Amino acid sequence: MLRLDGLVKQYPTGDLALKGVDLDVPKGQVMALIGPSGAGKSTLIRCVNRLVEPSSGHVFLGGQEITGIGKGALRRARRRMGMIFQEYALVERLSVMENVLSGRLGYVSFWRSYFRKFPQSDIDEAFRLLERVGLDHMVDKRADELSGGQRQRVGICRALIQDPQLLLVDEPTASLDPKTSRQIMRLICELCAERDLAAVINIHDVMLAQMFAQRIVGLRLGEIVYDGPPDGLTPDVLTEIYGEEDWEATIQKDEDGEEGEPDDHHDDAERPDERMAGLT
Amino acid sequence: MPTVVQDDTKIWQRRDRKRQLTVWAGWFFGTFIFVYCFKLISDKTTWFFVTDAGRQAADLGSRMMPPEWGYMNDLWRPLWDTINIATLGTLIAIVIAVPVAFLAARNTTPSIAFVRPIALLIIVSSRSINSLIWALLLVAIVGPGVFAGIIAIGLRSIGFVAKLLYEAIEEIDEKQVEAITATGASGPQRLSFGIVPQILPAFAGITVFRWDINIRESTVLGLVGAGGIGLELNAKIMELGWSSVSVILLAILATVVVSEWVSAKVRHAII
Amino acid sequence: MTDASAPLGRRTWKRPPLIANPMLRWALVVGAAAYLAVALGTTEVNWGRVWEGLPRGKKFLLAFAPPDFASRWDAILDGILESLWMTAVSTVIGILLSVPIALGAARNIAPLPVYYFCRAIIAGSRSFQEVILAIFFVKLFGFGPFAGVVTLSVATIGFFAKLLAEDIEDMDPTQAEAVRATGGGWFQWLNYAIQPQVLPRFIGLSLYRLDINFRESAIVGIVGGGGIGATLNTAFDRYEFDSAAAILIIIIAIVMCVEYTSGYVRKWVQ
Repeated sequence: MLRLDGLVKQYPTGDLALKGVDLDVPKGQVMALIGPSGAGKSTLIRCVNRLVEPSSGHVFLGGQEITGIGKGALRRARRRMGMIFQEYALVERLSVMENVLSGRLGYVSFWRSYFRKFPQSDIDEAFRLLERVGLDHMVDKRADELSGGQRQRVGICRALIQDPQLLLVDEPTASLDPKTSRQIMRLICELCAERDLAAVINIHDVMLAQMFAQRIVGLRLGEIVYDGPPDGLTPDVLTEIYGEEDWEATIQKDEDGEEGEPDDHHDDAERPDERMAGLT
Repeated sequence: MPTVVQDDTKIWQRRDRKRQLTVWAGWFFGTFIFVYCFKLISDKTTWFFVTDAGRQAADLGSRMMPPEWGYMNDLWRPLWDTINIATLGTLIAIVIAVPVAFLAARNTTPSIAFVRPIALLIIVSSRSINSLIWALLLVAIVGPGVFAGIIAIGLRSIGFVAKLLYEAIEEIDEKQVEAITATGASGPQRLSFGIVPQILPAFAGITVFRWDINIRESTVLGLVGAGGIGLELNAKIMELGWSSVSVILLAILATVVVSEWVSAKVRHAII
Repeated sequence: MTDASAPLGRRTWKRPPLIANPMLRWALVVGAAAYLAVALGTTEVNWGRVWEGLPRGKKFLLAFAPPDFASRWDAILDGILESLWMTAVSTVIGILLSVPIALGAARNIAPLPVYYFCRAIIAGSRSFQEVILAIFFVKLFGFGPFAGVVTLSVATIGFFAKLLAEDIEDMDPTQAEAVRATGGGWFQWLNYAIQPQVLPRFIGLSLYRLDINFRESAIVGIVGGGGIGATLNTAFDRYEFDSAAAILIIIIAIVMCVEYTSGYVRKWVQ
């Protein structure tokens, strides 16, 4: 689905963020990208949809080359890649519905979007998605009235209403508490499975990555230093990625971690995961 | 070092020696400039008039009292003109200032090297020149009347609105715009979904604020012939009709107070 | 709006309106439209005169290339320098007078009668445009820069004392309390608790007001209050657009200088 071929990014300051990355993500695979801050995770994700312009190398999405295409073609290519952001990046002063519908901007004309006259099919889909993530009762609330977990769900809806083939997910849990983090990661993975979506999830929490991803790629200083299954992450590998540290605890905790963490009461307590998983 | 050890005693001073000297030099220099400027002005002043001012004021006060209330009937029309000058001038300014602001903001300008300096030049020219001077100019060009006043208010307000608006545009959260870009939105869509919602409250606040200022400014444009209640004021001062002048001043005062109240209410409602 | 009772997949959505009450919304729209219609209808514009003026407008724009600095240079230099002196003196006097008034107008440190008195002074000096004040001060003190200085000083009080008072009201009360708890006197308290908190803003406001006073000093001259305004007025009256253009360029250049410097100083202070 996604193929990176010798991707290099050098910033004008001279920093070499990516040093020739080769990567292949097949359809339906959820891949976690781990690595220390400054490893180039965020740059890599943004090079795929060219929010950051790669210096050299190629990006292919479903056989189509993304690098080097013109403005209009890039817009159409971006429609096929949904992006989810670290701090939700919702337009704070727009309502939940407007934020979700903004995922359709690549499909509708300017005047239609300006007068908010989206096709009925888009609105139906928006309602379905909001229902799926359990936010259909908040359609006309303004985005800045929502809690962190709720905002990220709106962000997920915005990405999915694009009807993408690939999800680019940039640190989805960095601003969330541990419980909400898991709910959000579970939601993303379930949705990927339902729609057979490929996903590149950029995440700094090794435990969460191991718990939810099918494949882990470790990035260090712009180079891939690990590419394999989650259980291949040994202390040696983690040292390779992050540097010297006692990794036993991290890995151990993760093995009995999945269901073991005590449920603390948060804003989402009244809407348990079961409900979200049950509705489609 | 503010702390100096001297004979086993630590002496603390607020500033070290060099800094202290700079501060003193600053004060000395400032005072010198002030005294020098004051002397130059005092040389141009006829001090007899100044010492006589108290008597003058008493005299003027007695002529202004009591106000000639009946004159108020002649003032409604000029007041209406004054409000129109401020409102229509503000509207014209908005129409021009919004595009200028987008051209001037670093993150929305099409070209930092070429377009942005031009937009900034428009802003600074408009801001530097008081509306009364714009009015002088326009009265000379298009003749006296309300029209000159509206354009003068408009020209002065462009810079004010555009400056505050472009600062607001530069302060927006770029992540929200990035997210809209990532959906495949076009340039205009990015503007209307990513940027406009973020600056809308600032824009409304700036507009109402400027309208309030414009009401105050449009009361004096008539002094140079650009319409409004200032025309009456000028005429009455010329013919020394002081009891009418006090009515005009009270009318201006009331208008300004009301406009300030409206502006405060609206800004409060927005935030 | 959403209609939860509608069957799935048939729900419609409209953007929620800015003003929820439809009566109020329409009243505002109709009111605004009516006002605009009446305002435009009653504004008397002599289009013939405007049309006649267009060539003069063109002449004015052309006067900028090149502006004529030379033929009235003495008058221009005299006026600009006088404006600068007036700016400096009036800003200093205005600020010196503002400080006690600002202290009195801050609700958190002044007793109620003092508060009302000081607020009244501020409101009084803010209500009238500088030029109206200038007319009266020229009447009282005679023509010349002194009247202008008084005008600008009074206007400075309205601006400076108001903003400074608001700043004092916004300050952190715990710091003031802590200093008071040491048992110092009132002036010590001002010096240690209030002054450090408001100083950066104080400097910023002073520079800002300096800038405004220069711009205003250009207009008090129109009614006889000294400064460049008189020269500018004469230039326009005689249709000497090239001299007027020269004066405007000098004003713009000085304002830019002051703005640039004050931006630099403000950064340096913080």
